[in-house]
Amino acid sequence: MIAFVLRRLIQSVLVMLAVALIAFTMFRFVGDPVNSMLPENASSEQRTQLSEQLGLDRPVIVQFARFVTGAVQGDFGISYRNKRPVAEMIAERLPATLELVLAAAVFALSLGVPMGIYTALHPKGVISNLLQTVSLIGISVPTFVTGILLILVFSVWLNWLPSFGRGDTVQLGWWSTGFLTWTGLKSLVLPAVMLGLFQITLIMRLVRAEMMEVLRSDFVRFARARGLTNGAVHFGHALGNTLMPVITIVGLQLGSMIAFAIITETVFQWPGMGLLFIQAVSFADIPVMSAYLVMVALMFVAINMIVDLLYFAIDPRMSASA
Amino acid sequence: MIFHSSLKLSVAAAALAVGLSSAASANSLRMADSTDIAAMDPHSMTESNTIGFLNHVYEGLVRYNQNLQVEPALATSWEYVEPTRLRFTLRKGVSFHNGNPFNADDVVASLQRASHESSPVKSNIPGLKSIEKVDNYTVDVVLTGPDPIVLNYLTNMLILDQEWMAEHDALLPADIRSGRENYAVANSNGTGPFILESRQPDASTVLTVNEGWWDEPQHNLTRIEFNPIGSDATRIAALLSGELDFITPAPLQDIERIERAEGVEVIVAPALRTIMLGMNQYDKLLDSNLTDSNPLQDQRVREALWRAIDMDLIRDKIMRDRSRNTGLLVAPPVPGFDEAQDIRPAVDLEKAKALLADAGYADGFEVGFDCPNDRYVNDEEICQAITSMWSRIGVKARLNAQTKSKHFEKVLGGGSDIYMVGWATLPMLDSYSVMSALLHTPGDVMGAWNPGGYSNAEVDALTAKVAIELDPAKRTAMMTEALKIARDEVAMIPLHQQPLAWAVRSGVSIPLTADNKPRLWYATVD
Repeated sequence: MIAFVLRRLIQSVLVMLAVALIAFTMFRFVGDPVNSMLPENASSEQRTQLSEQLGLDRPVIVQFARFVTGAVQGDFGISYRNKRPVAEMIAERLPATLELVLAAAVFALSLGVPMGIYTALHPKGVISNLLQTVSLIGISVPTFVTGILLILVFSVWLNWLPSFGRGDTVQLGWWSTGFLTWTGLKSLVLPAVMLGLFQITLIMRLVRAEMMEVLRSDFVRFARARGLTNGAVHFGHALGNTLMPVITIVGLQLGSMIAFAIITETVFQWPGMGLLFIQAVSFADIPVMSAYLVMVALMFVAINMIVDLLYFAIDPRMSASA
Repeated sequence: MIFHSSLKLSVAAAALAVGLSSAASANSLRMADSTDIAAMDPHSMTESNTIGFLNHVYEGLVRYNQNLQVEPALATSWEYVEPTRLRFTLRKGVSFHNGNPFNADDVVASLQRASHESSPVKSNIPGLKSIEKVDNYTVDVVLTGPDPIVLNYLTNMLILDQEWMAEHDALLPADIRSGRENYAVANSNGTGPFILESRQPDASTVLTVNEGWWDEPQHNLTRIEFNPIGSDATRIAALLSGELDFITPAPLQDIERIERAEGVEVIVAPALRTIMLGMNQYDKLLDSNLTDSNPLQDQRVREALWRAIDMDLIRDKIMRDRSRNTGLLVAPPVPGFDEAQDIRPAVDLEKAKALLADAGYADGFEVGFDCPNDRYVNDEEICQAITSMWSRIGVKARLNAQTKSKHFEKVLGGGSDIYMVGWATLPMLDSYSVMSALLHTPGDVMGAWNPGGYSNAEVDALTAKVAIELDPAKRTAMMTEALKIARDEVAMIPLHQQPLAWAVRSGVSIPLTADNKPRLWYATVD
């Protein structure tokens, strides 16, 4: 097991370095931050001066080396636009994105898994067909359209929920949470629904397919032959085996939800990392963009590590062979 | 429509029920802009919406009133004791938000900070040689040469408290290289009509009224809440749902929708920003089927291109009748504008084709055409329309529309044949801005925005004279002359002044200023 963990760690470091390098070379082509930072009447010598100040005229290798050494110490430089340390900005915004993704994941799982189980147990039923058709809407309609529709219905027409922002937050150390205030929770509903809608369909169909497969297997037949109740068979034995591939996929989807949160955050002005990134792109704020990509790569890598380790926990065969 | 009555119902219900809008305090104005204030430090960014907002917390020696005229603010009067030494008499009895008194030390420290080597805003006050304290309420601004528009520059130079800066190690502006954050970026202490209460970047910035402000308030606000909302649809939805009182900008295509909704109204007028096309006038085109000549060097070709553009059609169909077509490179409020000279050549395709034939391009030619797609109002659509209009006279434009940071990188790097650019002349609010940056022969200091290389010796001479001429009437005459030459030679092709639209909840009154900076110290809510 230790060997396994060590191997994965080394792979993770290699992945991170590769991402950093790709991000860096890419940023040569994103546009010129100097123009955004100077007033219209700045002269060309002022532009070259600022360019030098920012170190933009050095060769890529030098800039990259500076970036990596800084990143390893947690120093991502200062944002060109906000003039604040990037690490601080990311730390401020990370809780917002993570809470949003968590809420969306909980929403998706709490609807997707039961729907999947139901449609697996009653494959030909009317309600099952209805659920499957309606859930197609979840993946067919572009997410920003659903987002804006949600705002239209719940904010403009019904005035039940806020259309932007995170509401009031409570600071717990460096983590700012919206779970503890009424406005915070209300603000979380629409963005979480928008982000999670896509996942519901995926989870539902996955659970359904897996469960139907498992219900056909021999050990379930033997369990029934033994006289176990339906409840015990379905939830005691079948569900456990169903969930393994689901966990892998959900883990991967968590990573993609963190990435997709950009769209949700843009529509709802959710002050998370995604919104920070989009604004950095239009300003050509290179330190922020690099830091964001490195953070997201880190999260993907971490999530995949955890998923692999969970296999050890869930599947007794793997820990037995290790 | 059925939803209108349910909207009324829900608005009434919301008023009775647990309201989610935070309009608890009596005269609170909740506003939203499309981008956040970059930082609270007025010497950290030259973004005009940042400076415009910071004007509520900090003030300069002079300020623009709602008619964009310079008036006294922290200085009560000024006079030239020498041609390059401007003496300001400062206002007495003014104090900063933390109680410290305002005096000459603060002005000296602030202007030194703004013009420091490492200051991002030092080009906002070109020509400042030094600043000297004469006595506690008198300062001398010493210039490198006579500057007739120094007051315009000073409207953007906001004054901070010297003792507060010293206490928080903020006497020098934020320096990217040092990697340290400056205290003034997140905290404020100014003399302005509002005090910073809280700041959450990209979430909400709250100001409360400064009861001890030195000026007579023409507003009745107690609190301003600023929320950046990038998504146009969300911003409008928040206004319609009652969560906001004022939004800027109101996108052009949504103006009718907002006007139809109850309880909100739109204020719209042409802005200062003039949209124009610049052209490569060097010997060779960069992106064309012609490899050895540049048709754009010939004035007849430029005029032909101008005549082929039907701006009335663009105004009606693309700008929803809200823009102001123009024949000059500046807007009416800008000194140097002359109504008599504001003439566009009539749209005449036959004449355009004849001009092209005269110049030797009867078969037309291909040419690169660059536009931003996220900087000006309907920029990409305008360029697409122009491309099809030019194809009618045989000029095939290869349109390349991209995000602004890439577009301007390409244009300023000299990589474009025909490009779109917009110019508001801010902060100068003067035609000298256009002459020195866009029309002057490119050099070290001048012509930074003239990558096409337009060059006219007389315009250059006029620019040099205008820079130091202190008599306003002579100056204006020279600027008008230069703009006329530029128009006659088709140095650039002016299109229009783009519209400026704000939307407010009914009952909120804010004067619309052509520089797109809301001045909420003139705003009233009922």
